[in-house]
Formats: sequence, C-alpha cells, structure tokens
Amino acid sequence: MTQLDVPLPVVRHSPPVMQLAGINRIFAGTPPVEALKPTALRIERGDYISITGPSGSGKSTLLHIMGLLDRATDGIYMLDGIDTGALSDAQRTGLRGRKIGFVFQAFHLMQHRTVVENVALAQIYNGSPRKDRTKRAREALEQVGLGHRLDFTPTTLSGGEKQRCAIARALVSSPSILLADEPTGNLDSQTSEQVMSLFDELHSQGLTLAVITHDPDVSARAQRVVRITDGELREELV
Amino acid sequence: MSAPPDQIVDPTSFPMFDPADNKISKPQFSLRDLLAESVAGLLARPGRLALTALGTVLGIAALVATLGITETAGGQVSEIFSELDATVVTAQPDGGGGFGFGNNTPSTIPFDAERRLLRINGVNAAGTKSSVDTGASLVRALPVTNSRNGAGFNLDVLAGSPGLLDAVKGTLREGRWFDHGHNDRADPVAILGPAAAERLEITRVDNLPTVFIGELPFSVLGIIDDVVREPDMLSAVIIPDLTARQMFDLAAPREVIIDTQLGAARQVGQAVSLTLDPVDFTRIRTRVPPETTVGESIEDSIRSLLLILGGVSLLVGALGIANVTLVSVLERRSEIGLRRSLGAAKRHIASQFLLESTATGLLGGLIGATLGLITIVVVAAYQDWTPILASWLPFAAVGLGAVIGLLSGLYPSLRAARIEPIAALRGTG
Repeated sequence: MTQLDVPLPVVRHSPPVMQLAGINRIFAGTPPVEALKPTALRIERGDYISITGPSGSGKSTLLHIMGLLDRATDGIYMLDGIDTGALSDAQRTGLRGRKIGFVFQAFHLMQHRTVVENVALAQIYNGSPRKDRTKRAREALEQVGLGHRLDFTPTTLSGGEKQRCAIARALVSSPSILLADEPTGNLDSQTSEQVMSLFDELHSQGLTLAVITHDPDVSARAQRVVRITDGELREELV
Repeated sequence: MSAPPDQIVDPTSFPMFDPADNKISKPQFSLRDLLAESVAGLLARPGRLALTALGTVLGIAALVATLGITETAGGQVSEIFSELDATVVTAQPDGGGGFGFGNNTPSTIPFDAERRLLRINGVNAAGTKSSVDTGASLVRALPVTNSRNGAGFNLDVLAGSPGLLDAVKGTLREGRWFDHGHNDRADPVAILGPAAAERLEITRVDNLPTVFIGELPFSVLGIIDDVVREPDMLSAVIIPDLTARQMFDLAAPREVIIDTQLGAARQVGQAVSLTLDPVDFTRIRTRVPPETTVGESIEDSIRSLLLILGGVSLLVGALGIANVTLVSVLERRSEIGLRRSLGAAKRHIASQFLLESTATGLLGGLIGATLGLITIVVVAAYQDWTPILASWLPFAAVGLGAVIGLLSGLYPSLRAARIEPIAALRGTG
C-alpha cells in the first residue's frame, strides 16, 4: 500500500463554504442604486461570522446573495466550490434547499402544523426519504433543546422556543452554512441570550454560521465580525 | 486502514464537506408530498374552505338538479296518455327466424318467466298467459249444478302463472287466485272469469265447486271480478301453467304480461327479451308503450333558463374560488417565501396552490352533485315520479367541479409562484 492510497482527510481539501469575489448588486432605477459595492468575502468551514451595519447599509442584499435568493449583478460567488453564477434558477433552488439553512427574525413557522411537522417540512423539497424525516426532525429538535415540545403548535411556544424550532428546521437538512437574519430581532434580551448560547454551542460542534444583526451584543459573540457601511464591507479584527 | 492521527479531523456532530454532496440537481418534490401539503393547506382553514366551495356546490347542484328533473319529467307519462297503457309491457316469442345463432329454433318463454322478470328493476308484477288447446273439450260444471244440460260449454281455457292477476290488475269477486304451490304441484285447480262463472252457474267457491274440462275435474278456487287488461280472461277458465303442461301438453307459455312502474316501461322492455332468452334475445318480441311523455310539456325555455342559472352560479363559484385563493396567496406570502428558502421551486409553489383550488372545486362538485341528486329524488317523490338520471351525470358533475377549481386556481397560483422570497421573508408572520 503506497502512501497515495491513504484516504486524504476531507477537511484539507474541502473548498471554503463561501467565497465571494467582486460581488456587487445594482438595483435598476433612475438613478440605479448600487446596494452592494464590489465585495470579497471568504467563509471557511467552521467559521462563525457576524455581518453588522445600520439599516439600509446593504446587509440584507448581501444575505440574499449569500442565500441564493438573489443574483449578484457582477462577480463570482462560489458555494462549497460550486460557481453559483453558472447555475439555472432551478439548480440554485435545489442547492439552496440542501446547502443553506435559514433562520429569520419573524421565525416563519406554520401556525397550523406541530413543531415536529414544521421541522420535517424543511426536507420535503430536497429529496430526503419520507420515512427518515420525522426521525431527523426529532433529532434536530433534541439538539436545540425542544425535545419536550414535539407535538405542540407554534402558537403555544414562547418566542425563544419558536426561534429554536426555526433553528432546528434550518439544521435538519445538514446545511453547509446557517444564515441567520436578525435572529434575535423579535426576542427580549434574556431569550436572545439563550439563542446566542445555542449558536455558540452549534459552532463548537463544527457548524458554520453567518449571523446578520444590528445588535452589537449579538455580533460580539462571533469569531469574525464584518461591518457594512453604504454597501462597503470591512472586516473588523477581533 | 485509517488516516494518520495528525490528519484526523476533530470529531463533531456536523459532517464535514462531502464532495458527493456537491451534485448539482434540481429540487425534488414528490407527488405524495405535494398532495399532503395541499390538503394540509386547505384543512388549516376549514371554514374558509367551506365558504369557498359553496359557490361551486350551488352551481353543480343546480345543474344536476335541472338536468335530472327534466330527464325525470321527460320519462313520466302524461296524464292524457293513460297510465294503464304506459305501464304494460308484453312479450312473445318471435315466430320468424332472427339473425342470431340458433335462429332455426323458435324461442320459447320459460315456465319460470314470472320469477325471472320480477328481478328486473321497475317491474311491479309479471305473469304468463297462454291459451290451452284442450282438443275441443267442453267445459261443464257438476251435473247437479247444471240446470240446463250436461253437455257443457265451449269456453276458452287459459293457462296462467300465479302473478297473472296482478299483472293484468285484476280483482277477484270470490275466493282466491292459485299460488306457486298449486302451480308447482300441477294441482287441478281453476279460476273462472265472471262470464264463464255465470254460464256455469257458479256463484260461490266456499263449497269448492268442481268444473270438468273434458273429463278432467278441476276445483274452482276463485271467480274474477274484473281485469283491467287482457279482457279475454273474463270469459275463460284459467288453470295454472304447470297444470296445463301436465294435462294438456302445454309446451311453453305463449305470452308474458308485465305491469311496470310508471315511466319505467321502456327501460323494462329493453331488459325483458334478454331475461327471457339469454341465448338469443332477438327471438323474443317485446311490445312497449309508445313514447308519449310529459317531456314536451316542460318548456324548453324553462329548462334553458335553469341551465343558465346553474351556469351563472358556477361562474360565480369559480370567481369565488379564484378570489379566495388569491387572497390566501397574499396572506401566505411568508409561507411561500419560507418554502422557497427551503428549496421549493416556483413550479412547486404553483402546483401546490393549483392543487388546493382543484381540491376545493372537487369538494364543491361532490357536495353539489349529492345535493342535486337529493333534490331530484325529493321532487320525484313529491310528484310521484320515478327518478331517472343518466348514470354518468353525477360523475361528470364532480369532474366539472374539479375543472372549475383548476381553472380558477391558474391565475392565483401563477401569482404565488412569482412572489419573491426576499420580500416575503421580511414580513412578520
């Protein structure tokens, strides 16, 4: 057996989770608005990055491009080494379902479904086998500490529990990155703290996280902090 | 064989990058998931579902009821045309060769024709009737009761089945008609027509009078008062079929007489020949009443008016579904955004809403067709009509409901597919 036959550890050769080069976004209009100026950003596997800035600074634009919800006007965006610019809309949608877990400010839980159904919902569009879904949803809910609320409906949950349910939904498809858009925007400081601790814990387990927030307490928890002002990105040294 | 220790990745609960996972594929959404999501979407708001389906329910019900009632009325007999004639079907073997196989053997009516015919829907009563060749035997009563002479009378002898009296709507003045027991045992019993009874001078049967056909004695069971059909029975001596077979070599009944429910005669007529001669039904000739119905008396304009009304309510129903689906699309923007973020393609969103509106229309069609059928039955019962309805109509009505739902859902589901996830996710909800 030669040295070459030894399987190489994947981590050494895996591409960055996200790599943005010269990405910008111009919204058509009179005059056209450049919401995001040409930007470079690299997110490695296991990074915990926060993106912060005042409202209107371009955070959301960046989030949408990163989340494949919007296309950049120019530049190259590689997700797990895949050039997303070359993909059709349907392919981008498929990639989004498998690689990106979203967490929203408003939770976006379906009121008429139970907690476990809400989490299982995340797997119906990415080809997960039907019989595994509930099991995996349960596991994800255990992971965020909601194992005792499986059959509740979201209306009976507290704000913090709703957000944890949404996080479980984002985790259930084993995404490459968790994209959180103002995850604590609707929560009080105490429940915010719970959510942030959960993020810390997930990060320590190896999850890649990108949190968009205007709350300095939240952004301070991240390992890397990126500030956007008027569409320009600047990484702060922590 | 494993990697050198210094290269082992820190064990975590999150799997590391796997190039196999980088396969670029379109999102998948199984039909079963699509159905489950649509049904769940509908059942989340049951009250709204009921109200949305209401327009279709009314429209479909109106259409089914209109078509059914006109068809039912069309099948009923007008009052001018006698009910009596309209409810009789007769059948005889066709003497001429048919074009089926075995056309050289003339068909015969089976001795159990009555039992067979009673199984046809719409048959009230059935009986066989044959004239019996007694070899010119005279009929006479006991010499003691015959005050004129013992020579007897040249009376017609008929053979009949137990149901014949009901089939000709006859009544008895005295005694009873023979039953299946008499027939099956070939008992020597007879029924007298009133004219025959008068000539034989028999007025009562409680003393079991006997008549002789030729030399054979028969006990008189009853005397006919009147019959509505087949008046030749009034002057005849009637004996059971099987008695006639045993004593006078009757080969087969010659004719069947069937009393049907009002409006059912033509349908019964179609079934009779096949029932009597399954081998070659062309060998049986049936006579059914001519089609003179109240159909003409129901004004075509009223019928069209009702149909137009049904159509209008369907249109309103369709607009209702379209409207509510559109509202629901706008209300569920965040759900749509969420699904898109979870990897749903535009067509998945569109098909879910399309299926929801189709299911709403289908439900409306089901309930509407049911209500329409109930209406037909109630109206028919009230008018003493036999409800008649083309069997495909309810199914077509349900299908029409689904098609209406589908068409109504086209525009809203296109709108749903066009909703941008970005905008939708920013909203609260």
